[in-house]
Amino acid sequence: MTATSPGPLRRDTGDRREDTHTARTALPTLLWIPAVGGFALIALPVFGLAWKADWIRLPELVTRPAALQALELSLRTAFVSTVLCVVLGGPLAVVLARGHLPGLRALRAVVLLPLVLPPVVGGLALLYLLGRAGLVGQYLETWFKIRIPFSTAAVVLAQTFVAMPFLVVSLEGALRMAGERYEEVAATLGARPWTVFWRVTVPLLFPGLGSGVVLAFARAMGEFGATIAFAGSLAGTTRTLPLEIYLQRESDVDAAVALSLLLVAVAALVVVLVRPRSAEGVR
Amino acid sequence: MSTVVPARATALAAEIELARAGFALSVALGLAPGEVLAVLGPNGSGKSTLLAALAGLLRPDRGRVTLGGRILTDVTAGRHVPPHRRGIVLLPQRPLLFPHLSALGNVAFPPRSRGVHRRTARVVAEQLLSEVDCLELAARKPAQLSGGQAQRVAVARALAADPELLLLDEPMAALDVDAAPTLRALLRRVLRGGGRTAVVVTHDPLDALVLADRVLVLSSGAIVEQGPTRSVLGRPRSAFAARIAGLELVSGTACPDGVRTPEGAVFAGHRDPTLLAGEPAVAVFPARAVSVHWERPTGSPRNIFPVTIATLEPRGDVVRVRAGAATGGPAWADGLHAEITAAAVADLELVPGARVWFAVKAAEVALHPAAGQS
Amino acid sequence: MRLAAAFATLALVATLSACGTGPGGESGRRTLTVLAAASLTETFGQLEKRFEAAHPDVDVRLALGGSSDLAQQIVHGAPADVFAAANPDTMGSVVRAGLADGAPRTFARNELSIAVPPDNPRKIGSLADLARDGVVVVLCAPQVPCGAASTKVQREAGVRISPASEEQDVKSVLGKILAGEADAGLVYVTDVNAQQGKVRGIPFPEAASARNDYPIAVVRGSERADLARQFVELVRGEAGRDALTRAGFEVP
Repeated sequence: MTATSPGPLRRDTGDRREDTHTARTALPTLLWIPAVGGFALIALPVFGLAWKADWIRLPELVTRPAALQALELSLRTAFVSTVLCVVLGGPLAVVLARGHLPGLRALRAVVLLPLVLPPVVGGLALLYLLGRAGLVGQYLETWFKIRIPFSTAAVVLAQTFVAMPFLVVSLEGALRMAGERYEEVAATLGARPWTVFWRVTVPLLFPGLGSGVVLAFARAMGEFGATIAFAGSLAGTTRTLPLEIYLQRESDVDAAVALSLLLVAVAALVVVLVRPRSAEGVR
Repeated sequence: MSTVVPARATALAAEIELARAGFALSVALGLAPGEVLAVLGPNGSGKSTLLAALAGLLRPDRGRVTLGGRILTDVTAGRHVPPHRRGIVLLPQRPLLFPHLSALGNVAFPPRSRGVHRRTARVVAEQLLSEVDCLELAARKPAQLSGGQAQRVAVARALAADPELLLLDEPMAALDVDAAPTLRALLRRVLRGGGRTAVVVTHDPLDALVLADRVLVLSSGAIVEQGPTRSVLGRPRSAFAARIAGLELVSGTACPDGVRTPEGAVFAGHRDPTLLAGEPAVAVFPARAVSVHWERPTGSPRNIFPVTIATLEPRGDVVRVRAGAATGGPAWADGLHAEITAAAVADLELVPGARVWFAVKAAEVALHPAAGQS
Repeated sequence: MRLAAAFATLALVATLSACGTGPGGESGRRTLTVLAAASLTETFGQLEKRFEAAHPDVDVRLALGGSSDLAQQIVHGAPADVFAAANPDTMGSVVRAGLADGAPRTFARNELSIAVPPDNPRKIGSLADLARDGVVVVLCAPQVPCGAASTKVQREAGVRISPASEEQDVKSVLGKILAGEADAGLVYVTDVNAQQGKVRGIPFPEAASARNDYPIAVVRGSERADLARQFVELVRGEAGRDALTRAGFEVP
């Protein structure tokens, strides 16, 4: 935030962390009770999962071929989905934040739909668009011999569908915070629209890009409902880690718990690795 | 609409009409090459809108803008040259340096945008940075610059675009008091020394005096006064120009002894020889020429009227006494100021709400034609 | 911090259990909770009405779901009086937890059927047809009972099907066929019947090798053990056998 605000009013660099001697406003004590409750509601179930885990068998459980295959597929598809989100969602965010079109509000509402939609509904929607009998799918099948359901491409599409809004929201937020004035200044300085886009707008996106990418990747890694409805579940092709967990739960609860912990670890790793850099912003 | 064409060759000629909800701008202005025009006006008078329309960031509803013979905007012909091809740079109130580029990178931005080679652009940028005394800050990011430093780098960046016309939107407004004089001196050097054609929007008469050849006063989207800087600020004919020049103003019609106010009282002063009886006129005087009395004074001052004290504002070692209309006194007294010493305030035991007399020596009052009629 | 966490947990549990006490406690009506495999939806629905008609003071609450989900719920302490599972293994987990009152009894058998769209566009006639190139087949995953049965019938028939997807449960397999994404799938006879013409069932001889037994038991600790036993008797008696047979089950 500090990085994108124009900040000329401040004389210092504004980056110094508060030292421990700084007097701070005290929080009302009462605030701690719901705050701790909220934290507990999130942290304790994860703790419960770790408690339930069979730690001795854990290494064996998470290195089973089926588990590794599912993890590899999840990482691969989530990576491709995240790239797709950036390539498609980035320009979409710019259009939403900077475009001057009638009906842009309605457009934004549509883009945000996957955020509020149950993923299963998203999966069904994709199925009725791209499925063999779907609106577009039937022509893909008869004209190009392309069949999307039950393929890894379907997994990527399902993940991109649910993850895209996270990226768009982050990037659009960064652009709105920066405002349009930088682009206006760049234009009067003689920069063509394309130059303005690449040398001004894109760098302004960076503060939002870190958190957007983390959220989109994490959302893609965790995708379940849309995938199972649209892509099915086949080891090595469409059975991602969450689907493998759901399936293992039927036969081997210990394995399901172990894989859940694996997913928690991967998610935590991603958040820890990428988040601080995004908080730093463009500096 | 009458176009103002200066005697010299025209660099900029603009006629702009633009209406937005609850606001309309209708302005015609012209600038000679190397001329600097200061635009004054209260908030909401349309100054920034005017700059945006000149820069091409706003499309006027009607009008025409030409710069150095090129037609930039011609609404009738449907012509609107986009901002990046106008040769007009807008230096905004905030420096708005690109946060991801260093000071040097910011100044090198305009030449790089024109396709100038990286190394050449760097040389140009370094030279401009040293012109604004910021060469040692070249590697810093904007967040590491003070407000004054950032604005100086922004000036260098604007010059790097080598504009035919430079627009400055209150360049000093966001700076603290000790940074403003440095920037003002710098702007004088680059604008006057460099022979730049420029429009400066400002609140500060000092900016106008230091930087501008001519002054234009805008109010509610229309020009109410314009002319050479010294004459507009020295002999203000509109209330706004008077206030900005630190002067008090009473308006009415010219009569042989002075200005006749709507109530019929005559405000006496030095008469402008060109002033004709019966035409709209103003009486202008500095606030420090006003004295304050509990009882109606007698003797030399000829302009005496009752007021109610509205507020008392300390300004350094003087106090500005703001008047409100008193019952039985003239309505035009509302908003006038007297500037007296703090000691006088204490001696007189002045308090807001008190009914007192303002007295203005005729010798301190200048009379001239009112704005907007000539 | 630890204290606060404990406090928060307590508060949470209190809130949740407060939500839980809805009906049941009111007006002296007794509630009998029956957990049954999803494939028993229609049959047990009919039996519920019959039981309530015979016991006007009893409200039978039917909880339907995947057998292993239900078994886990019982193991984790969900209130239950009767458990009817779709296979002996899931019932086994309840028995191992010491939560079955008496030995479970088999009350129905189900077997696989090929399910195809009503017009059978791929002209499927046998299990071997499912292994043909270009036929999109969806099966249950081997980890779940219907998938285990699917593997068994393939072995019996000497056929190797390459499924496009291995679904979590029968309903998902049917869903893919109904959506037109799959040409065929293996589901239970009762599932085909329940679709009432929206899919066509094609019986095949190898299905007999993978019959699926449905066991039923009273849950230990039931406060209404007598009522629970009466319900089990209803399922295993004349009325139950009728309803099950109509749905396509075999009864022992």
